[in-house]
Amino acid sequence: MTAQPDTAAGPPGPGGTGPAPAHPPARGRRVRVLTRTDVVVVSLMVAIPTLLVLILVWFPALVTVALSFTSWNGVGSVSSIRVVGTANYVNVATNYPPFWPALRHNLIWLGTLFVVATPLGVFLAVLLDKEMRFSRFYQTAIYLPVVLSLALIGFIWQLIYSRDQGLLNAVLGTTVDWYGDPRYNLWAALVAASWKHVGYVMLLYLAGLKAVDPTLREAARIDGASERQTFFSVVFPVMRPINVIVLVITVIEALRAFDLVWVINKGRNGLETIATLVTQNVIGEASRIGFGSSMATIMLLISSVFVIIYLTILMRQERRQ
Amino acid sequence: MSRPMPRLTSRPTSEGAYLAGLTPASVAGTRIGRRSLLKGTLAGAGLLGAAGLLAACGSGGSNPADAANASGALTFGSNQSDPVPRKAYEALVAGFNNPAIQVSTNTIDHNTFQENITNYLQGQPDDVFTWFAGYRMRFFAQQGLVGDVSDVWSSITGASEALKQQATGEDGKQYFIPFDYYPWAVFYRPSLFAARGYTPPKTLDEFVALATRMRQDGLTPIAFGDKDGWPAMGTFDQLNLRINGYQFHADLMAGKQAWDSAKVKAVFDTWRRLLPLHQEAALGRTWQEAAQTLQRKQAGTYLLGMFVGQQFSPGADLDDLDFFPFPEIDPSIGTDAVEAPIDGFMMAARPKNEAAAKKFLGYLATAPAQATYIKSDPTVIATSSSADTSGYTKLQKKAVEYISSAKSISQFMDRDTRPDFASTVMIPALQQFIGNPNDIDGLTRSIESQKKTIFTN
Repeated sequence: MTAQPDTAAGPPGPGGTGPAPAHPPARGRRVRVLTRTDVVVVSLMVAIPTLLVLILVWFPALVTVALSFTSWNGVGSVSSIRVVGTANYVNVATNYPPFWPALRHNLIWLGTLFVVATPLGVFLAVLLDKEMRFSRFYQTAIYLPVVLSLALIGFIWQLIYSRDQGLLNAVLGTTVDWYGDPRYNLWAALVAASWKHVGYVMLLYLAGLKAVDPTLREAARIDGASERQTFFSVVFPVMRPINVIVLVITVIEALRAFDLVWVINKGRNGLETIATLVTQNVIGEASRIGFGSSMATIMLLISSVFVIIYLTILMRQERRQ
Repeated sequence: MSRPMPRLTSRPTSEGAYLAGLTPASVAGTRIGRRSLLKGTLAGAGLLGAAGLLAACGSGGSNPADAANASGALTFGSNQSDPVPRKAYEALVAGFNNPAIQVSTNTIDHNTFQENITNYLQGQPDDVFTWFAGYRMRFFAQQGLVGDVSDVWSSITGASEALKQQATGEDGKQYFIPFDYYPWAVFYRPSLFAARGYTPPKTLDEFVALATRMRQDGLTPIAFGDKDGWPAMGTFDQLNLRINGYQFHADLMAGKQAWDSAKVKAVFDTWRRLLPLHQEAALGRTWQEAAQTLQRKQAGTYLLGMFVGQQFSPGADLDDLDFFPFPEIDPSIGTDAVEAPIDGFMMAARPKNEAAAKKFLGYLATAPAQATYIKSDPTVIATSSSADTSGYTKLQKKAVEYISSAKSISQFMDRDTRPDFASTVMIPALQQFIGNPNDIDGLTRSIESQKKTIFTN
């Protein structure tokens, strides 16, 4: 061992009676030592959230998975739960007409948000970042739907979509049943959902853009890059953390699509999503606990796929750095 | 599942009020999502816990059922959360007028109450609470979640045998005290019929002829709205009761008959024939909107429960509303089966104050108690045959006559069958039929195959 300060080694163990470090700090570099209070505080700070996550997230999730292999109507003690193996999954896939449409609707939801709403939000953020006149006003106007509750959004769009009294039919001179006709209502709901999603993405992205170092753009401009090149080759890569957040939010919003369709017609008749089917089966009088849990488990698996993809990308990039 | 309970108490007076009515009740005012549902459950649990404490403080709670010496605190769980019926319930409780028994009412949001009933009954239910007759009542009785009120029934006067049958569980004991009910029928405006020279039809052929004439006259023959999913169940029930009779309806709902049988296909087939005479684009329309087309005389008839009257303003407007029984289809079946959902009360399996609960239930079954409530809602009638009908509207009087002529009373599809079957199988199936009425074979096969997985449990 040389006299070099050992930066790699951790602080001495907390077993000592006093706070005095075993070695004096070398050349002003401070080796932090945890006092007993620190240890207690840190342990609590780790233990309490871990416990909460275990109790509120992992326990219900695992119970849901376990229940998905059983049949139970919610009445009586735990002993009245009957194990039925994979019967619920077989039933969901082969004998429950709303399931496949619901899965398709979730994927359409994801696709639309990903292809239309998210890029539109990013585009608006880039425009608003130009410090044009009234940009504060535009910002507020575009962000407003995010502040509104989805119940209110459903109601606002009802005024527009109503077949007999709605604005859209009055302007177009049509009698399309926007919310009632299963050919159109998913797209009508997606317009309303995108309306909200665009504002959300816009604000997130705008905050990110404001944080980009202006000298980067300046340098790009001096090198003769066009606006488009500057954005795609300089700004966009720098914004990676925000891009990942926006992507994750888009996926989450699509998978949990629930509130809006529930407000419109309780997720029936062309607006089925996995979340509404789970709710219809588990909550309320129906109490098909096992059957509903199997769909919740399927939703969990689908989310896991995205989580795994996300983590893989994140880890690979971190390794590269 | 939301059901046809009195909700809007009057016709909306402004466009704003009308539009507000379009928002499903479950989200109007409060936003119900997964989280708030959970919150609601927690709040409900807290409320119930408090109620339990309250009851525990009362004296005389441990007395066995001795209605004569009933005293102490009693909790009453009410799902009448809308302002007008809520007030009427307050008057109802005040009318109990028994100084020895202090009734405290816990009012729970209508939909929340219904959706959480399973948790409610397994937690700390109120001593007496609102519910309705039918399969669900018998199911809870079978599970031992509600109390036997047979001895209350021995003192009830003015309840028909049909009512008693609807209050009886599988074991022959009574678990339910009927309070009010209303019929399902075909509603129309007499002034429109008089102006156009229409007469109420007696048979299906006459009905079709009348509807065809209405269409030629530029009217929507049969108003229809099935956005909420349950109104179409009423149409199915009426057709099934007229084509196959009450017993088949009861057996079909109990899962004892096949949904892909020729008899059920006949129901769908007749419905398919009638569907072009129904208001189009029904899946995007609420029953309230459909009722307003009848009110504005744009539609000639509307098959619904008597709560359709809630969309008419009291007075001349409501007086110009009448109904005829759904017409006869098969002369050997006739029209003596009436669909009349019964609302009423039940007692907790282990009430904290059984004597007082039974005394209170006995009071609720009386004609004066029912009259107190009926005053607030002109679209239902009292179940007690000795109720004073002098204050009834013309419509109510006709409803009394119609129901008392019935040989058998059915409840409603979502009350006569398992709720999981009704809400997760039948609502999507009927909506699918309305959207595409041509694949009856595939539809009935799918219903039957789903039924088998649910009814084996």
